[in-house]
Amino acid sequence: MLNAFKDAIYEAAKNDKRIILMVTDNDIGLSHMQAEMPDQYFVEGISEANTMGVASGLAADGFMPFIINIASFLVRRSYEQIVLDVCLQNRPVRLIGIGGGFSMAHLGTTHTTIEDIAIMRAVPEMTVIAPCDALEMKKLVPSILKWPKPIYIRLARYGKPVVTKEESDIDIGKAVVLRQASAGHKSVLLISTGAMTSRTIKTAEELQNLGIESTVLHLHTIKPLDEKAIIEQARRVPLVVTIEDHSIIGGLGSACMGVLMNNMHPDLPRLHCIGVPDKFIHVYGTQESLLKSVGLEPSQMAKTIYQLTK
Amino acid sequence: MKNEMIMDERSRYLRKLILQGWEGARKGHIGSVLSLVEILRVLYDDIMNYRPQEPLWPDRDRFILSKAHGCLALYAILADKGFIGIDELKTYSLDGSRLVAACEYNTVPGVEVTTGALGHGLPIGVGMALAARIQKRPSRVYVVMGDGELNEGSVWEAALYSAHHKLSNLTAIIDYNKLQIAGPNEEIIGLEPLKEKWASFGFAVEEIDGHDVDTLKKTLKRLPFSKGKPSVVICHTIKGKGIDFVENDYKWHWKNSLDDETVSRMKSLLEEE
Repeated sequence: MLNAFKDAIYEAAKNDKRIILMVTDNDIGLSHMQAEMPDQYFVEGISEANTMGVASGLAADGFMPFIINIASFLVRRSYEQIVLDVCLQNRPVRLIGIGGGFSMAHLGTTHTTIEDIAIMRAVPEMTVIAPCDALEMKKLVPSILKWPKPIYIRLARYGKPVVTKEESDIDIGKAVVLRQASAGHKSVLLISTGAMTSRTIKTAEELQNLGIESTVLHLHTIKPLDEKAIIEQARRVPLVVTIEDHSIIGGLGSACMGVLMNNMHPDLPRLHCIGVPDKFIHVYGTQESLLKSVGLEPSQMAKTIYQLTK
Repeated sequence: MKNEMIMDERSRYLRKLILQGWEGARKGHIGSVLSLVEILRVLYDDIMNYRPQEPLWPDRDRFILSKAHGCLALYAILADKGFIGIDELKTYSLDGSRLVAACEYNTVPGVEVTTGALGHGLPIGVGMALAARIQKRPSRVYVVMGDGELNEGSVWEAALYSAHHKLSNLTAIIDYNKLQIAGPNEEIIGLEPLKEKWASFGFAVEEIDGHDVDTLKKTLKRLPFSKGKPSVVICHTIKGKGIDFVENDYKWHWKNSLDDETVSRMKSLLEEE
């Protein structure tokens, strides 16, 4: 997914001189930009607080800085600067968080972040995006360049499998139906984001084998939330399940539940959030093994959801 | 620091403007505001390029009061220069006033950024200095920090960064009054040797009396002090400068409930020649 982002942004930067890449202590494969576009590519070193402030200062004078860092360091280390220097002053800074969720789990707990969506969406003016595949990331770039507010973009490590379609429209804040259940009393609405969307589609396939039809509503934008699409889909089903590789506190599930409770009473369907439990995960290994340890593998999720339909 | 500098009429006038704010609010960062006055006076009278009627003029010099709690001094000079009305100073820190006690961007013309949390001004100033260089603008960036603020790690991250990028259009100014809210700097987190610290971080350093208007003028007119280096001016100041019973007492960093008698004592001291 990072590759899709960097290829698209590199091309855009050739003509859009507002774009400045602020890469922290990472080599994302764009170091050639330093020679080609020296005013648009800076290596920031390991100094998150300063980097965020510098980005705010650049944005105050018309630039659109993209700060690229490992998600856990980006959101935790510079939270005050994100709130005060970027969001309070509504500077169009783009925060590119590499490895949201467990996608950098091989490096341990310090490199995983399961609270980033919660703390980013809690800040006024912040927009929160989590694309589900490389194609979607690439297609979002034009909207990202037009959006006037700060954005946090949670990038999963890999852009595959690609589950979105080249020809479909995309815009910040618009949900995408990736699978529509045929009408029936056993249909379920699955709402997912980011790297969990491809796993949600697999879950839907497993549910189909168990006789349950499901709709998959993918939210690449968690804030602002496409409330209309969520409510419209939720009205058709007796069960809504949110799926995310993020804490059950404050993420996609919390966002969706709030919308449904505020808008659908007294006709609420059953609601359930699948996510990472409120604890530090002391399992070390691949992203897959960590997801499995907290019940986020498609077969596990299908079982959980199947039980909820009983 | 010994208080040998006699204030001239303009310095007393600016303090009288400041006093209008405290008279209304009956509270404020008394000591922290008074140590700043001559630094701001010289910057706005003699050094910076700006247009009060066009506060966002692209080629303006950028001023960031990183020690935002000293903002009543900034409001006073902005009022004196016509960015805001003089009468508005009386609303400082009152309900509904835009003259908030830690200045905020987009509220008062001439306030570039929001800096109520310490350690934010220098990184933002670095970004503005970088922007000016990229856009080939003549703008210089001035960031005034408190000494207690230098406890913050982000200040030193920004110092490393600005020296690395040779931001000679950036000037940090330290209001070094030696006292922070809980006591003397040297008893909390010692800063000395401060000049050597900044020099070792790659800054060209000058150390001066921050109430000596002529020296401030002569020093700031020489900016940048060294080609290819950011500059820092360590201004030795007196917390509470100009009101003798406030001077050099950290307990006057912030005061609530200023009574009539205290306000009139302040007033009469500022009237004296």
